[in-house]
Amino acid sequence: MTATKRAKTTNGVSRAQRARSTRTRDARPATTQRQTVSLALVQFAPRKGDVRANFERIEQVFAALRHDKEGFPAVVVFPEASLSGYFVEGGVAEVALPATTVLQRLNRAASAACGANHEPFDVVLGFYEDDRGKLYNSALYATLGATPALRHVHRKLFLPTYGVFDEERFVSRGRTIEAFETRHGRVAILICEDACHAVAVTIAALRGAQIVYIPSASPGRGLEDVEPANVRMWRDIMRVAAAEHGIFMVYAGLVGFEGGKGFTGASRLMGPFGDLRVEAPFDGAAIVRTTISLADVNIARAALPALGDLESNLSEITAMFDKEVANRPAGAPPPARP
Amino acid sequence: MKAHALRVVHAPPPHDAGLRLDPVLARRWLINFLRDEMVNRRGKKIAIVGVSGGIDSAVVAYLCAEALGAANVYGLRMPYRTSSPESFEHGGLVIAETKIHDVVIDISDAVDGYLRYEPNASPNRQGNVMARQRMIVLFDQSAKFDGLPVGTGNKSERLLGYFTWHADDSPPINPIGDLFKTQVWQLARHLGVPSVIVEKPATADLIRGQTDEGDLGISYPRADSILNRLLLGYREEEIIASGFTPAEVRLVVGRVNSTHWKRHLPTTAMVSTTAINEFYLRPVDY
Repeated sequence: MTATKRAKTTNGVSRAQRARSTRTRDARPATTQRQTVSLALVQFAPRKGDVRANFERIEQVFAALRHDKEGFPAVVVFPEASLSGYFVEGGVAEVALPATTVLQRLNRAASAACGANHEPFDVVLGFYEDDRGKLYNSALYATLGATPALRHVHRKLFLPTYGVFDEERFVSRGRTIEAFETRHGRVAILICEDACHAVAVTIAALRGAQIVYIPSASPGRGLEDVEPANVRMWRDIMRVAAAEHGIFMVYAGLVGFEGGKGFTGASRLMGPFGDLRVEAPFDGAAIVRTTISLADVNIARAALPALGDLESNLSEITAMFDKEVANRPAGAPPPARP
Repeated sequence: MKAHALRVVHAPPPHDAGLRLDPVLARRWLINFLRDEMVNRRGKKIAIVGVSGGIDSAVVAYLCAEALGAANVYGLRMPYRTSSPESFEHGGLVIAETKIHDVVIDISDAVDGYLRYEPNASPNRQGNVMARQRMIVLFDQSAKFDGLPVGTGNKSERLLGYFTWHADDSPPINPIGDLFKTQVWQLARHLGVPSVIVEKPATADLIRGQTDEGDLGISYPRADSILNRLLLGYREEEIIASGFTPAEVRLVVGRVNSTHWKRHLPTTAMVSTTAINEFYLRPVDY
C-alpha cells in the first residue's frame, strides 16, 4: 500500500523525479551534514529598560560559559527582547538599537569575558531593533571574535496584538523568513509567535534550514495542571513541527515577572524526530548545554519524508494559497463560507 | 458487525476550564511572583499584610511568609470597635501559625474622629471610611518598616465590584487578584490555612452580621462559574443554557458591567498628545 502511494505522480512528474530535483536544490557541503554543534540555551530575566545592565548580564553569561566543563559552545542562544525585557510599551524607542550596534556591544562583552583573542563563537539574540526610526522586534545571528560578523537579522512577522499582548501598536512587522548558512549548519530564526504558525516553520524548512532558533517571551497562564498551560502548548507545537519537518528546534525563553506577568523559560531542544532532548525548568535563570548532530536531520527526514512529500505537492499547495489570497482584497476578512 | 460489538464512549461533562487550579503549581507561581516583584524589581524585602481573619488575607500571609521568611512579614490587625471579635481571633490564629510579626492598631479613634462630623453616615459609608482608614495605616506602616503593602483582593470581588475603591485595591502588588474566590479556597486548603477560617462564611466585616454571599445575593461557586464563562466570551443566553437562572446571570453581569470604573485609574481629561497612559505609555516596572 505504501509502495503504491509512493509511486503516484503529480502533474505527470514522478515522485522520484521530484526527489532528484529536491536533492539537487538541497545539496549541502558534506562536512555540514556530519557536523555536531554545541549549544547553550540561556534563560534569564533582563533588567527592565536597562540596556547597559543587560549587556553586562550577557557578559556574565559568556564568563560563566568560559568556565563550563563542557567548554565554550559553538552557538549561544538568548531569548526575545533580551536587552530590555519584553513589555516596554512606548519605551521601545528608548531601548531599541541598530543591529550593527548590538553586534559591536556583544563583541565587546565577549572580549571582556573571554579575552581579546577568544575563539569565535556564534550568538542568537532577541532585541528591539531601530532601523533608522523604524522599530522591530528582531533577533540577530552573529559571529563574535576577531572578525565579528552579522549573519542575519530576523524581524518578527507575527506580532501578537490581543489580550495581554500589544506588539503591533509599538513595532512594525517583519516581512520575510530566511534560511542562511552559518559555520554550524543552515539555520533560520523565528521569534516566539512566528513559530506557533506551522507555515513559518515550513518555509524555514523548505529553504533548507536544519535548525530553527526561537528566541521567545511567553507569559505563563493556565495553572490548572502541573505546569503552566503555555509551557505544554509550546512543547506540543515544537514536537509536531520538528517531527513534520525533520528539523531541530531550539527555544530560549525569558523568565521572571514583568508587571505581574511571569515568563515561562522552559528553554528546550526538540530533536528532528519530535524528540524532546532537554528542557529547563519554567522558572529561574538557567543555561542549558547540549550538543546536536546535524546528521540526525537527514535520518529523520528519511524516516518520515513529510518535507519531501510537501515539496512534491508544493505547486498545488501554493496554488491553493494563491487562490485564497486572490479571493480577498488586501486587508479584508476571509470571505464567508456556505 | 453486530451492534453489541460497538462500544459507545461518552465524553465526560465539560469542566469549568479556567476555574480548575493546581494548588502546588499556584503556590510555586505566586511565591516566585512575590520574590520577583518585591525583592528583585522593587528592592523591598518586607511585606505588610492587613490580616482580617478572613481567608484571602490568610492566604496572602501564608504566601508572604514562605516567599520572604516570616521575620520579613508584618501582619496588621486593625479592628474597629464594632468589628467581630471572632475575626480578630482568627487573624491572630493566622499570625501565630505563620509566625509573622503581630501588629495591632485599633482604628476606632481615627474613624470616629471623622465620623463625629458625619453622625448620619450610612453603614455603607462608615464601612468605606473604615476600609480607607485601614489603607492609611497599611501604607504608613510600610513607610515605617521600609516595606510594601501587599493586596488581598480576589478576582471574584474585583469583578463584582465588591470592594472599596482606593482601599482594598490600593496595595501596589497583589498575589491573589487573578484567583477566583473558589480558587482561593483550593489554595488555602493546600497551604494549611486553619479549617475554621476556610470553612466559615466570607465577610467584609464592615457591618455586623454581614456576609459576602448575603450582600451579593449569590454563592461564590455559582458566581465564579458565571464570571468565568463571561470572561471567556460566552453570551448570557449560553451561560443560562449551561445551568444558571436568568436572574443569577443578570445579577452577575449587571455587577460586572456597572463597576468597570472601579478597576481603572481615575479618568483624566485628555488635552494633549502626551497624555499619560493614553499617548505616553510605559509599563509599571519600566
